[in-house]
Amino acid sequence: MSAAPRLARLKAGTAIPRAAVPDLPWAEFSEALLDGVARGLRVVAYFAAPDENAVRFHLVMADDQESTLETCTTRIAGDAFPSLTRQCPQVNLFEREIAEQCGLRAEGHPWPKPVRFQPPLMPRTRVPDPAASIPGVVDFYRVEGSEVHEVGVGPVHAGVIEPGHFRFQCHGEQVFHLEISLGYQHRGIERALIGGPDRRSIHYLETAAGDTTIGHATAYCEIIEALSHTRPPARGAALRGIALELERLASHVGDLGALAGDIGFLPTASYCGRLRGDFLNMTADICGSRFGRGLVRPGGAPFDLDEALAARLLDRLARAFADCRSAIDLLWDTSSVMERFEGTGIVPRDVAMALGLIGPAGRASGLDRDARRDHPTGIFRFHHIPVALADSGDTFARAYVRWLEIQRSVAFIREMLKVLPRGAARTDVAPAGPLLLSVALVEGWRGEICHVALTDGSGRFARYKIIDPSFHNWSALAYSLRGQQISDFPLCNKSFNLSYCGHDL
Amino acid sequence: MLNLMRARIQQGQRTIRYPAGPPPDLPERFRGHPIIATGRCADGCRECAAACPTGAITLQPALAVDLGKCLFCAECAAACPDGALSFGTDHRLAARGRADLMVTESDTVRLATALEAKTRRLFGRSLKLRQVSAGGCNACESEINVLGTIVWDIGRFGIQIVASPRHADGLIVTGPVTANMRLALQETYAAVAPPKIVIAVGACAISGGPYIDHPEALNGAGAVVPVDLYVPGCPPHPLTILDGLLRLLGRLGTEGERRTHIAGTETAPPV
Repeated sequence: MSAAPRLARLKAGTAIPRAAVPDLPWAEFSEALLDGVARGLRVVAYFAAPDENAVRFHLVMADDQESTLETCTTRIAGDAFPSLTRQCPQVNLFEREIAEQCGLRAEGHPWPKPVRFQPPLMPRTRVPDPAASIPGVVDFYRVEGSEVHEVGVGPVHAGVIEPGHFRFQCHGEQVFHLEISLGYQHRGIERALIGGPDRRSIHYLETAAGDTTIGHATAYCEIIEALSHTRPPARGAALRGIALELERLASHVGDLGALAGDIGFLPTASYCGRLRGDFLNMTADICGSRFGRGLVRPGGAPFDLDEALAARLLDRLARAFADCRSAIDLLWDTSSVMERFEGTGIVPRDVAMALGLIGPAGRASGLDRDARRDHPTGIFRFHHIPVALADSGDTFARAYVRWLEIQRSVAFIREMLKVLPRGAARTDVAPAGPLLLSVALVEGWRGEICHVALTDGSGRFARYKIIDPSFHNWSALAYSLRGQQISDFPLCNKSFNLSYCGHDL
Repeated sequence: MLNLMRARIQQGQRTIRYPAGPPPDLPERFRGHPIIATGRCADGCRECAAACPTGAITLQPALAVDLGKCLFCAECAAACPDGALSFGTDHRLAARGRADLMVTESDTVRLATALEAKTRRLFGRSLKLRQVSAGGCNACESEINVLGTIVWDIGRFGIQIVASPRHADGLIVTGPVTANMRLALQETYAAVAPPKIVIAVGACAISGGPYIDHPEALNGAGAVVPVDLYVPGCPPHPLTILDGLLRLLGRLGTEGERRTHIAGTETAPPV
């Protein structure tokens, strides 16, 4: 029995020469993947890129214990590749994406289907063939029986929310199975990034998932900095950390309000609706935009705080947090709320593990994963935020983990505003080096964001892969509806609050 | 019960009086209507146009900014060596016509006029809108959603987001309209009983925004449906969206005003 092949290792937020990445034959490549997952590694990126007249696969796995990433590559000629999903469920969507993006067949995949209903990655001028694939038109998993009915929701669905299609197999009120079909928001970001960076690149990243502007922009800037061997100054790193945590605060407070709204508990819904705006306005105080557009740029942060602004932010933070506590404690104290939250939409720990669940939803199912602790970059190398965990894996756990994270993010921001490092907030960035591979991991508010960049001989992007945390977590939402009341779907959906556009790109 | 009442008292009354009172304060660094001072431009300088990610700036016959393409990212202002271009804090940006969004030094945005009298009689005190996100990034969607929360409370004006196009008087569209959402947008529009209106919120819905000329998207809602109100921004501030809605319903502003100066500044910023 041969030893598992040695993979290249790197830390998040750094770059290595592509030549240092072992180019393995398929047998060793697949063995490395399966062996890695068996050892407890996570697949954070598994994607492919056209490589002359063949396709090159790239694998990045995370060793959370060692705070290290392992990577290897393989080349596939021909039009098919062997699927590993039956042995390793967490690569399910990655394999379907590879098949769709590179025009390949995933042989042995349990149910190969489109991911985004997009044409394969081709040069910029290609116009998609409208007849090729129609979003939402696939073979949905169906349950047959005289009393079984099928409910289809979306793409346009009630509420101010992005489009997706949800197909329920129901028996009366009970859901046997939910299948989710996305791709409606596909804008072609990854295709457009090839050959960059150019003047639009940062704007693609800021709007990839527009409510996670800071998360994705930070990952992108860490990539650019790694590729050019630049390190932002400490003050810039601290400002980025404050921005990231303010983004988390706004979203978590908004989510708790939305959860309350979905069960008809209006006090918390009303108060949190306002309070979310208070946190967004703090971000706007720093950079003029409530969503942090322009706040994170390669080299650091183009907006800075003086002592007066820092003092004002501290004051507003304290007042907003006191109001949050008053609004949110009502949830846990009200039995009718807890009755709706507890036991609803359970994702057990072993299922969460098999699916590769990340973020607050993963932590609510007992998975102790947080990129700020496991793969710290920027300010998180020096300041640690305790990880919030729960174990019931239900809507209550997903809500309560958010409340814990709100408290810890407030404490972090308060501390940072008091001890902001002196000096400049931004430094100049050199051009990217040629033939490098770089990986960035940032704990966005939905979970771990992963970007992988490969540069060509002139230092331009040969491939830029974006993996929003939603890419991992949509399957868990589908799972959580099994055996649930269909009327609990909005509640479960909100408890995950995944990004459609972050998935569709 | 007592804790509910205690919380209610602590949280207080938050709804703003605007438009009966002044608009709420915007952050100092807020980027609203651009301020153009071509007298400062060096001969033959094209730095602003070259820096713009969406091609919103044209220089012939005079420096013009297309607010429908503008992301308000201020890369142009950062690139300008002479301080000829900057962004003020005026939030009033919404317009009825696509061409009204072209602003020059002498012509600021032509602010939205009200719907014609007959439609205004129908919608002026009760406007139900169905939101369609056609590739939006969730920022414009969030800012629309926030208008329903207690600070802004568009319910005061009879404006409400409804669950079905069958219940709606019109659509409020975000996103560049991806090819994958073309059919859904068409069908949703068709499902609204006439008379109906369409509001395009954000740079994507007006022109495609960062996704201009992407083969995966259609350069804005106008490719699929007729648009009655354009609200620029990326995303527009809720106050900008609300200003546009109130003008549309005739609750704010006079007919087709252009301002001779931009609120918050008397002159262009000092060198």
